[in-house]
Amino acid sequence: MQRLGIGIAWTALILTILFLLLPIVVVIPVSFTESSVFRFPPEGFSLQWYQRIRNVDGLLSALGLSAQIAALATLISLFLGTLCAIALVRGAVPGAAAITTFMVSPLMLPGLVFGIAMLQALRMVGFSDAWSSLLIAHVVVTLPFVMRTVLGSLSLFDFGMVDAARTLGCSYPAALWRVLVPNILPGFISGALFAFIASFDNYPVSIFLVDVRTKTLPIQLLNYLEISPDPTLAAVSTCLIVLTILVLILCDRMVGLRRMASI
Amino acid sequence: MRGSRDPLGLLALPGVAFLGVAFLVPLMLLLWSSIRGVDGFTWLGYWRVLGDEYYRGVILASLHLGLITTLGAFILGYPAAFALARAKGYWQVVLFALIFLPLTVSIIVKSFGWGIVLRRDGILNWLMLNLGLIERPVRMIFTEGALYAGMINVFLPFMVLPVYSVVRMMDARLPDAAATLGASPWFSFTRVTLPLSLPGVVAGASLVFSLSVAAYVTPSLLMGDRYMTMSMVMAKAFLNLRDWQLGAAMAAVMLAVAAIIVVGASLLQRMLGGR
Repeated sequence: MQRLGIGIAWTALILTILFLLLPIVVVIPVSFTESSVFRFPPEGFSLQWYQRIRNVDGLLSALGLSAQIAALATLISLFLGTLCAIALVRGAVPGAAAITTFMVSPLMLPGLVFGIAMLQALRMVGFSDAWSSLLIAHVVVTLPFVMRTVLGSLSLFDFGMVDAARTLGCSYPAALWRVLVPNILPGFISGALFAFIASFDNYPVSIFLVDVRTKTLPIQLLNYLEISPDPTLAAVSTCLIVLTILVLILCDRMVGLRRMASI
Repeated sequence: MRGSRDPLGLLALPGVAFLGVAFLVPLMLLLWSSIRGVDGFTWLGYWRVLGDEYYRGVILASLHLGLITTLGAFILGYPAAFALARAKGYWQVVLFALIFLPLTVSIIVKSFGWGIVLRRDGILNWLMLNLGLIERPVRMIFTEGALYAGMINVFLPFMVLPVYSVVRMMDARLPDAAATLGASPWFSFTRVTLPLSLPGVVAGASLVFSLSVAAYVTPSLLMGDRYMTMSMVMAKAFLNLRDWQLGAAMAAVMLAVAAIIVVGASLLQRMLGGR
């Protein structure tokens, strides 16, 4: 009976992994196909769809815009979020619990609702620059991820260790740099990673803020999918998947995946 | 003792002020515009959403989709989280990475891949034809079953990870202890293991439910107009119909659903913690 339970658990885990990987893995063979439909099994081998990526209008510029917005939003969130987390953990802030809830609350709000709210508010004040609107909205989207992880690692950190380092002859900045920073770095990196992904992959907020010339990658991809669905999308997707795996391996080397996701 | 004029506390100001202006104010304005009519205050937007049979159906369809997704994710993800938590050494890292990777892959890529799997000439039909399970390709894409499977596929990791992190902290010897004391495996599961894992289940279920009720990309790619959800009505109201009142009222309903889930989950967690 106990054996049965263990068997069910392992079967479920293997099924879960196969099920999760299925839609990701299938795009890879399709991206190398010769024909222009997604027939399975794919026919022949060609790199034409990879070459086409450069020729599809707006795809590369959308990639650039998404990377730019995601990087900037993550940096701003790291700055604002870390300051706020330090204040909440170390300072005497009245209503710290309520402020913490408020700072992570955008995570709970459906993206579309916030996107519409943002669009309406920007229209009211007569602001119509798509790039800045996207950046402001994406900082709101990314801030909760940074808050959660940095707050988590800061509240686990024993600040007595900084005092200990000073007793042992470290200057205050050196103590912060050599004791505090290595300890909260994993939280920092995983917060930044989650923030970047949340921004880079965001559709429901961005859809209300883009204009004809300023489109982020998810918007452009979905557009393309609706207008001319061909294996170019599979090629772009394969590139994104490979990029994701590389970033994850890098983060695993630096922090350890399990430590990242546990916060 | 720190005074209330602690300078460190002031570091919270930029972040809180930013979120106040860029998040709270727009949200309040949206709620306000849902009750603003041509001449003053009106419930018309809400009356149109809640009083109309079609829109009531849309709200129910969204809740239904969220419920099925949560249930499916639980049935598959709950036992999987146990196996993941009990895996040993290097295997655990590999298995964990395989659960974690799909979470970081773009939702558009996944929905696109799901389409390839389910097409008439896609991988699933090809597989079933070659195994002799079916004689001719079956239509799967744009069916409700395909939508449910796609939704579970996207949100399953959000169930596995919270349950995993709770189970990992549980003492693996507890079932043995229960068995030593004469408990049957079923008894020890329902009385020991399951109750201890409930906080993880509540966290995972509330996450999956709130994400899937509000999902937009997956349902619109897998079903289009055939399965209208609250998000799709809302997007349509703002982007196509330019009907701000209707959209804002629908947004308020979604906001209420999200708030109920958050409050309900935290109450449940408190009850579980207080036992």
